[in-house]
Amino acid sequence: MDHLIIDALRDVLTGQCTPAIVRAIENEVAAHNGCAPETDLTKISATAATLWQQIEDTGFADLLLPEDEGGAGLALRDAFAVWDLLGQHAMPLPLAETMLARGWLVAAGVAVPQGAIALAPHLLVEGGGVGTSGVRGARVAQWVLGQHGGELVLLPVAGAQASPSIFVLDADLRWKAETLVSATRVPAPASLLVAQAGLVSALLAGSLLTTFESTLNFANERQQFGRPIGKFQAIQHELAVMAEHVSAARMAAQIACEAGGVLADPLKVAVGKARTGEAAVEVASLAHSVHGAIGFTTEFDLQLFTRRLHLWRQTAGSESYWQLQAGQALVAAGGMSLDVIRQITDSTAAA
Amino acid sequence: MTILNGLGLTRIPPEGEALRAEVRAFLQDAVKDIPAHIRAKSWSGYDPAFSRRLGEKGWLGMTFPTAYGGHAQGAFARYVVVEELLNFGAPVGSHWIAERQSAPLILKYGTEAQKQRYVPPVARGESFFCIGMSEPNAGSDLASVRTRAVPNDAGWLLNGQKIWTTNAQHCQYMIALVRTSGEAADRHKGLSQLIVDLNLPGVTVRPIEDMSGDSHFCEVFFENVQLAPDALVGAEGQGWEQVTAELAFERSGPERLFSSVVLFDQWLAFLRTEATPRAESLRLAGQILTRLAPLRALSVAVQEKLVQGQSPIVEAALVKDQGTVLEQYIPAAIADDLMAREGAAIPHELMLTLNYLTLVSPCYTLRGGTRSILRGMIARGLGLR
Ligand SMILES: Cc1cc2nc3c(=O)[nH]c(=O)nc-3n(C[C@H](O)[C@H](O)[C@H](O)COP(=O)(O)OP(=O)(O)OC[C@H]3O[C@@H](n4cnc5c(N)ncnc54)[C@H](O)[C@@H]3O)c2cc1C
Repeated sequence: MDHLIIDALRDVLTGQCTPAIVRAIENEVAAHNGCAPETDLTKISATAATLWQQIEDTGFADLLLPEDEGGAGLALRDAFAVWDLLGQHAMPLPLAETMLARGWLVAAGVAVPQGAIALAPHLLVEGGGVGTSGVRGARVAQWVLGQHGGELVLLPVAGAQASPSIFVLDADLRWKAETLVSATRVPAPASLLVAQAGLVSALLAGSLLTTFESTLNFANERQQFGRPIGKFQAIQHELAVMAEHVSAARMAAQIACEAGGVLADPLKVAVGKARTGEAAVEVASLAHSVHGAIGFTTEFDLQLFTRRLHLWRQTAGSESYWQLQAGQALVAAGGMSLDVIRQITDSTAAA
Repeated sequence: MTILNGLGLTRIPPEGEALRAEVRAFLQDAVKDIPAHIRAKSWSGYDPAFSRRLGEKGWLGMTFPTAYGGHAQGAFARYVVVEELLNFGAPVGSHWIAERQSAPLILKYGTEAQKQRYVPPVARGESFFCIGMSEPNAGSDLASVRTRAVPNDAGWLLNGQKIWTTNAQHCQYMIALVRTSGEAADRHKGLSQLIVDLNLPGVTVRPIEDMSGDSHFCEVFFENVQLAPDALVGAEGQGWEQVTAELAFERSGPERLFSSVVLFDQWLAFLRTEATPRAESLRLAGQILTRLAPLRALSVAVQEKLVQGQSPIVEAALVKDQGTVLEQYIPAAIADDLMAREGAAIPHELMLTLNYLTLVSPCYTLRGGTRSILRGMIARGLGLR
């Protein structure tokens, strides 16, 4: 992985994706929610438009494109570090998703459209049109890359009928049959659900790290009974357990992204998404426990991360779904479980 | 935060993997007649003849220098051999402590004469050691050990008692942590490690039966045991530093992940016999796999740091605590799964393995440091204490 890219991205995120900016985007979109989707992001959230423009200008959305297409030729295993960093900063725009969608579209010979692309792995046919609910980041995206059967379909957000979803930046979307007919379609190279689950695992890895680090800092600062609460053994053990979940989940997310090209391995993704999902629940709960009442407030930044832990855990298949997939693969494999484990954990990069 | 950020996905290098096929072929044959519920004992399984066969193969003392009967191989080659041994449930208990802890300790701190004398037989699988750290009133709090060795003209006069000493009834030697100067109140000052020949007059070894019905740990009493001057390993008074280092490096190996793997594999084989396994069973299989695989990746990453000469003590504690909790979860979860079937015929052998692991699994989070102690170490590594 090119450290220059990571350093540059860290600079952009530290300056331009601060908690204040994440909040501003969420608030501006909330104020606009219920209104029709827009092609022009500035009408929904000027802050989101500015952040997106900075990302476009620095080329981060194109990192998975081949170098001769203006990208950096990254593979998924390199993208992990990028997505991890987005998770660490509670990235409110579908940048990870756009990176992946652009990578897939260019590989399929389709020109990359302007703007952010959200993902919808389960497009459902409804009365001639298609629809899907809970599209992550749809309120701050211009496009949705959806999967329907063996096809990928690139649909404009502005052409959809939108209604608010549970998370403020998401939307439930429906497109009429005409939009579908005129949309760009290409054969799907792999499961979009697998791809999304892989990148969400990496986002979770980052968000878990920030949640843990801010909880550790809080434990060292907050005083009760005349000393920092981190001096109490009960709190120390809560933090130790958090650290365990974070370390295992971060390794699992690296496993999920372990691929040389832009197509993930479904079994590795199953490991990544199941384990990060488990950690998300535990770590969010422990973080709030250690923070006491202040962590329960909107005003305190912790919620920007713990809400995302739950949101991303609920994205692209929960633990039950991926554990079932992994279990089916394990039982189908036969032989010793060690061999399946080795196949999952051996990086092919160093070989 | 380098502790949680610093472990990257890697793999065992080819020179480490080189032996796997040969070891596996050997094990397939060596354990084929051992029932699964006996294989499930693996690192508590005592079988000196098997240890000698491993010695002949060159699979003991792999990382020791050739001058002491070792094979000067890399740590990853040993990792692969141990991983295969545990996954096959091979009886490694006889040589386990000597090969993993005692001989490396002697190689690190011992005199030339001690290395020449004690290490080659360990590499041949002929000499077995036990660890005398715990006492009735010193478990987690090892700094309070009371067993005392007093210097005299003949060497050291040893009095006191050790407890929970794995395999003491089968071993020739114990490396004991004892007080050689000062008082219990001096804590870790004045502790030393001594090699005790368990055949000496004044040593009494009494096996203790554990709740599974096995007797693999013991009480050991020392009554005026006269030790030679060269019983001391390392420097007088340095015992605390020595045991701390000894304990730190055995915490993230395959032995902290695979204690219940024979049962897991046996249960998976049973699921494969069912026409339609329950979805809940498949999900449980996946849950265990998706917890185990990242831990194995972490264990390999920690091993790589050790090979590079770093001391990832906290990382190792993170792996051990999670690994042992998962090992303990496996029998409980499999029992729940099996008993969710109405009237299904569950193989007796599977139930025997399940029963053994159910009864023995409490020890996973005790041996080598309890989970509370490990969490304290993690907290220290995080800068909280
Ligand atoms: C199968 C098996 C094999 C063993 N083999 C050996 C061996 O070969 N050689 C040997 O020397 N020992 C051996 N042991 C002993 C083992 O190392 C001890 O059991 C262990 O160190 C715990 O000590 P204890 O049992 O005295 O428990 P205690 O120290 O009495 O602890 C009881 C409980 O209190 C908790 N506790 C204690 N202190 C603290 C603290 N400061 N903070 C928080 N919680 C605390 C512990 O975590 C535990 O939950 C073996 C044990 C087992 C089960």
